[in-house]
Amino acid sequence: MMMFGRLPFRRLAPVVTALSVLVPLLAFGGAAQAATKIERVVSRGGIEAWLVHESAVPVVAIEFAFVGGANEDPAEKPGVANMVASLLDEGAGPYDSRAFQEQLEQDAVELRFRAARDEFRGSLRTLSAKRDKAVELLRLAVNAPRFDAEPVERIRAQILAGLKRETTDPDDIARRSWWRTAFPGHPYGRPERGTLETVPQINVADLKAYTGRVLARDNLKIAAVGDIDAKTLGEILDRVFGELPQKAKLSDVPAAKPQGLGRRVVVDLDVPQAVMMLGGEGIARKDPDFIPAYIVNHILGGGSFSSRLYHEVREQRGLAYSVYSVLIPLDHAALFLSGTATRAERAGDALGIIESAIRKMAESGPTAEELAMAKSYLKGSYPLQFDTSTKIAGQLLQIQLDDLGIDYIERRKALIDAVTLDDVKRVAKRLLDGGLLVTVVGKPKGITPSAEPG
Amino acid sequence: MNIKGFATSLAAMAWLALAPFAASATGAGPAVSHFTLANGLEVVVIPDRRTPVVTHMVWYKVGSADEPAGKSGIAHFLEHLMFKGTEKNPAGKFSQVVSAIGGQENAFTSQDYTGYFQRVTREHLRSLMEFEADRMTGLSLTDEVVLPERNVILEERNQRIDNDPAAKLGEQIQAALYLNHPYGKPIIGWRQEMEELNREDALAFYRRFYTPNNAVLIVAGDVTADEVRALAEETYGKIPRLVETPLRKRPQEPVPNAARTVTLTDARVAQPSVQRQYLVPSMATGKPGEAEALDVLAQVLGGGSTSLLHRRLVVEKGIAVSAGAYYQGTALDPSRFTVYASPKPGVTLTELEAALDDVLAEIAERPIDAADLDRSKSRMIADYVYALDNQSMLARLYGVALTTGSTVEDVQARPARIKAVTADAVREAARKWLRTERSVTGYLVKDAAAKGEKRS
Repeated sequence: MMMFGRLPFRRLAPVVTALSVLVPLLAFGGAAQAATKIERVVSRGGIEAWLVHESAVPVVAIEFAFVGGANEDPAEKPGVANMVASLLDEGAGPYDSRAFQEQLEQDAVELRFRAARDEFRGSLRTLSAKRDKAVELLRLAVNAPRFDAEPVERIRAQILAGLKRETTDPDDIARRSWWRTAFPGHPYGRPERGTLETVPQINVADLKAYTGRVLARDNLKIAAVGDIDAKTLGEILDRVFGELPQKAKLSDVPAAKPQGLGRRVVVDLDVPQAVMMLGGEGIARKDPDFIPAYIVNHILGGGSFSSRLYHEVREQRGLAYSVYSVLIPLDHAALFLSGTATRAERAGDALGIIESAIRKMAESGPTAEELAMAKSYLKGSYPLQFDTSTKIAGQLLQIQLDDLGIDYIERRKALIDAVTLDDVKRVAKRLLDGGLLVTVVGKPKGITPSAEPG
Repeated sequence: MNIKGFATSLAAMAWLALAPFAASATGAGPAVSHFTLANGLEVVVIPDRRTPVVTHMVWYKVGSADEPAGKSGIAHFLEHLMFKGTEKNPAGKFSQVVSAIGGQENAFTSQDYTGYFQRVTREHLRSLMEFEADRMTGLSLTDEVVLPERNVILEERNQRIDNDPAAKLGEQIQAALYLNHPYGKPIIGWRQEMEELNREDALAFYRRFYTPNNAVLIVAGDVTADEVRALAEETYGKIPRLVETPLRKRPQEPVPNAARTVTLTDARVAQPSVQRQYLVPSMATGKPGEAEALDVLAQVLGGGSTSLLHRRLVVEKGIAVSAGAYYQGTALDPSRFTVYASPKPGVTLTELEAALDDVLAEIAERPIDAADLDRSKSRMIADYVYALDNQSMLARLYGVALTTGSTVEDVQARPARIKAVTADAVREAARKWLRTERSVTGYLVKDAAAKGEKRS
């Protein structure tokens, strides 16, 4: 048996008053079944989490996020957050890297961290029989990461190998080139995982400075799902997060708009297929036009086999295997992105077809029939986001990060129903009329790069 | 205290009804039903009553290894063409309906099976079954839809293989490993054969293999076996046996006699690597316990950061940035066991391969550490418990098993069989199967001279 009692973070007694705010989860229609609900749990120490207690499967999933993410990397050293994310489970408290990893694997505890642009995210999944052990490992990772020299150097080498691989991968080049051009001088313009130049410069002091500033309680959101009740969760919240500083010390990230709209950047690479990415300004998550914009995007190039781009680029002309468009509402900028990959000699054609589909949507908007189909899709597909513990936890976390309210799942249907044809026409113009920055990688025919701005 | 949002009408919500789930920490699964309709269609029902969602899948027992010579890629091409409409439902209608009800859909092709699936809320199940049953026999194709779709699969090949040196190497290793068995062909197809595939090829393949007696229907989610049986009889049950069940007897491999090597040289290789694949038994062809021993061997040797390869090469010697192993047990015919490593700057592939060989010798010669064995087995068994939380994953587990020569009972016995694997059995598996004459070693390098040179 492992000993946990000798660790320095143990003094919070495991007592909790769980305040449960019961909100029914999902107005999914269909036959009435026994209801389950989202509980808003606040621990004795004042830490909040949303919980769905469901014990049919002996599994517990916890998803959490600290606002900050890769945005909090030092400007001259992008890649710190990513490196921290890779190292929190590489030794903590009494365990060196190997011991910590063996503890995780012995009990099949899945613990992962990831630095997104706006948040530093964590995820725990455990069999309920191993819950206490899993929670202890999570507590150690969050509060007492060791950053020992061996794992730091090993992880650095792995990150550098990945970055090297990316230097010749057309998708990665297209993506990096787009973000760098769109956000010069802004954190969003920096590569989230750093560069071959910056990653070697990152030292343990940088890693510790990052965790000290970003892993705190006032920027933390938590969701838990599965075989765990509110009282137990409350105790766990205090144990895991209770010792973190009350306030994060986040930098002041300015709001930004993508630059370079109208430009075309071509990066030469000897590959048979040209990869392209197009993007412009999107619509913020809290903007009243977000849901109409989401509908417009779904019709244009969202995730189904019925979108306009799928039809025009793939089905009708066979120009590509994948073609998409997506809204990315970040905390400090809102984006609309689209992309495809096509044989080099047809690259100009494919780009022209995508641009013309976007222009047509901006000018005329969706048809009434498309709108009805899209609404029906968005309502009908929502339950599919809630059929595993990890997916439910992910949804509850995102709703908290987006600050939509614990009753959002109930309200969502009415929000979609309220959208009119006039709304989507107006929003299509607002969303898609602003010009796009295009990056293309490969040897594309028929695409001329814009002159570099002076 | 804040109690905003308190709701009173809990019963109105359809969610997470307690499931009749016999889940336990040993990995015993839900009450799975398995039966066969009069026309030979096998049916598997996996109840998961937590959420009003169903996963509906039809798996055909046909894959790229069943293709006629010279027609590589036709199994996958047909999978694409199955979305092009039937006599009854014109192109796009099925997808439009799935989209309008908020469903997800897709399809996949492997060496041994081809599958089609949709995920929808439960009240739409019947409609899906009607559409899917219709395209089991009613496919209607014209050159107008076939020819653009052929360009789509060529772009898919570009995207998956030709744009990626590592994928190109993988294709070559596989081709070199199988001297006689069609597993040597890429699932997507060889480009020059894909370019010639046509409507007649697709329809001939369809008529030979798409028949209820060569298919498995799997429904997982908020349903009972009785409901599914009734719906299946009313839809798929109306289709006659169209042809005799195809025999899946592929040309087999001779006893391998010589270690082979292949080298993929590409200026875009920024991070070199070495990979070796061994020809080994699959779950369907191995003796009892053999596939499980190989599975545990892959985990002990190369499953994650506590595995022997990772510890020796990445952590202790510090000569690799990554190293690992995996085994694909689900295959109708003899399968592959893979080990790989990628060097740190300044380490040559020759040096790295020698160190890899040392680890392979170690696992074949020395007793396996009891803690390593226990840890690996717990991790693997836990995956079966985690699968209970994911109806799509459960549906896939059964679909793969039933189309690669295993049974429902095999799936359910897997956790116990893994638990029963001994240290001796793991070592014996390494000794017996990880022999160089059974293998192909592949090198991914930037230029031809780079293999033995000290460069990064």
